[in-house]
Amino acid sequence: MNERPLTDVPRTVLFTLLIAFSLQLAGKALQPPPRAQASDLDSTPSRIVLQLAGFGDTVPVAKLLMLHLQAFDLQGANQIAYRQLDYDRLSDWLERILELDPTGQYPLHAASRIYAEVQDQNRQRKMLDFVYNSFFADPDRRWRWLAHAAVIAKHQLKDLPLARRYAAAIQQHARGKDVPLWARQMEAFILEDMDELESAKIMIGGFIASGQVSEAGELRFLEDRLKEIELRLQTQKKKR
Amino acid sequence: MPPAIDESNGSHNRAASPSQNVKAIMSFSLSVARLTLIEALRTRLPWLAAIVVALALGLAQFLGQVAIIEAAHIQATLLATLLRVTAVFIVVTFVVTSMVRETSDKVTELLLSQPAPRSAYFFGKLAGYFAVAGLIAISFAIPLAFFSSPGGLLLWTLSLLCELTIMAALSLFCVLSLTQVVPAISAAAGFYLLARSMTTIQLIAAASLSHDPTLTDRIVSWGIAAVAMLLPSLDLMTPSSWLLSMPDPSALTVVLVQTALYLPLLASASLFDLYRKNF
Repeated sequence: MNERPLTDVPRTVLFTLLIAFSLQLAGKALQPPPRAQASDLDSTPSRIVLQLAGFGDTVPVAKLLMLHLQAFDLQGANQIAYRQLDYDRLSDWLERILELDPTGQYPLHAASRIYAEVQDQNRQRKMLDFVYNSFFADPDRRWRWLAHAAVIAKHQLKDLPLARRYAAAIQQHARGKDVPLWARQMEAFILEDMDELESAKIMIGGFIASGQVSEAGELRFLEDRLKEIELRLQTQKKKR
Repeated sequence: MPPAIDESNGSHNRAASPSQNVKAIMSFSLSVARLTLIEALRTRLPWLAAIVVALALGLAQFLGQVAIIEAAHIQATLLATLLRVTAVFIVVTFVVTSMVRETSDKVTELLLSQPAPRSAYFFGKLAGYFAVAGLIAISFAIPLAFFSSPGGLLLWTLSLLCELTIMAALSLFCVLSLTQVVPAISAAAGFYLLARSMTTIQLIAAASLSHDPTLTDRIVSWGIAAVAMLLPSLDLMTPSSWLLSMPDPSALTVVLVQTALYLPLLASASLFDLYRKNF
């Protein structure tokens, strides 16, 4: 046994230890809890600086930066603070994080599902633009975020041409095996909503003819939509 | 060596008066502190500090050449950060290696066999390490004098001194408890990194995406809060921004209060370990 009994410790030492420990706890308890401020979002550090900070390994730096960025607004699930963020800077931060970790999906998820959910159309558009611009670097992995952006553009911004632009990008560039057909069909349905029925008809007809649709239920759904479009086209012709 | 006093548990010799005993203990502690300072001089710590200062000045010159605007600000903040981290590293390694060497050479046993309580030895060592920390803080402030306001530099240096004394006391605690160089330095480094980043960790923990936290989320959150309560707020100490403009003096009060709260805690925890240790 290398230790002496507790009774060998002078009482003054034990007493001081207890008092000092209590004072430290009390001092800390009196300190206000740390609080992030939206205005504190600084401009983005350069890639070189971040590479240096990560000793050449940029992926962990990107992951940490994303958590750091998230801490600026998600205080106790209070999303009001999003509106106070400088979205130009926010966009720069997300872009830099994606640059450091191109396979990471977190910045795109945050942009499309968190930062684009604010009730401010300008800010929403900035985030959707970020998602759209980032999409082309890796369409097969990033299509889902652009698909969500298309949904926001259609249902929240009520901007069908913008939604169509996003859907068209998915249709033309996302060619991977993991890209589901519904994502590539989005443009056709948006065209239908835009009353561009001829284009929608051609597109849906193309999907059916291509043989890419293998499930019977999905095939039936597309054929029904095609019939509906044809009916609407005939009605329009009669009115003229 | 000081006059004779009864060592067993630090109780006073019946033959000597209490004031003589206190003088003897003080004298012993001062001798230990002086020995620690002499050791710092003989292990070429001043040379190391001088080399760091020279390198810092060279780096400042380089930064001045590269920067287009705000050259003095860039020089001051980058040098301050580099010098602060280097100062902490030097103090921690010096305290740990000095204590381990002393124990290996049986010098600790020799000093503890003197007729003085263990606390006298401990406070002597602590005073010696504080003196080393003070010398390093002052010498590392010299290169910054060229790029910062005198008032800001004074507060920065005082804050650095507080930070270094906390780290010296912590290193002493680690080496007394862990006894080996690598575990003690690792523990001190881990403590420093954690204490410096605790506020950020708390912010990140509070920023959970989940609106309905699970039990695990809550446990992690409580754990982080508990660790934060035990650590000093090192992130409030020695910010490089103080060198750019004179900070509010109340900022230094926070630093001084934190130091005054934490040093007794570390000292009493170290003494607790020291009194229980068999040599």
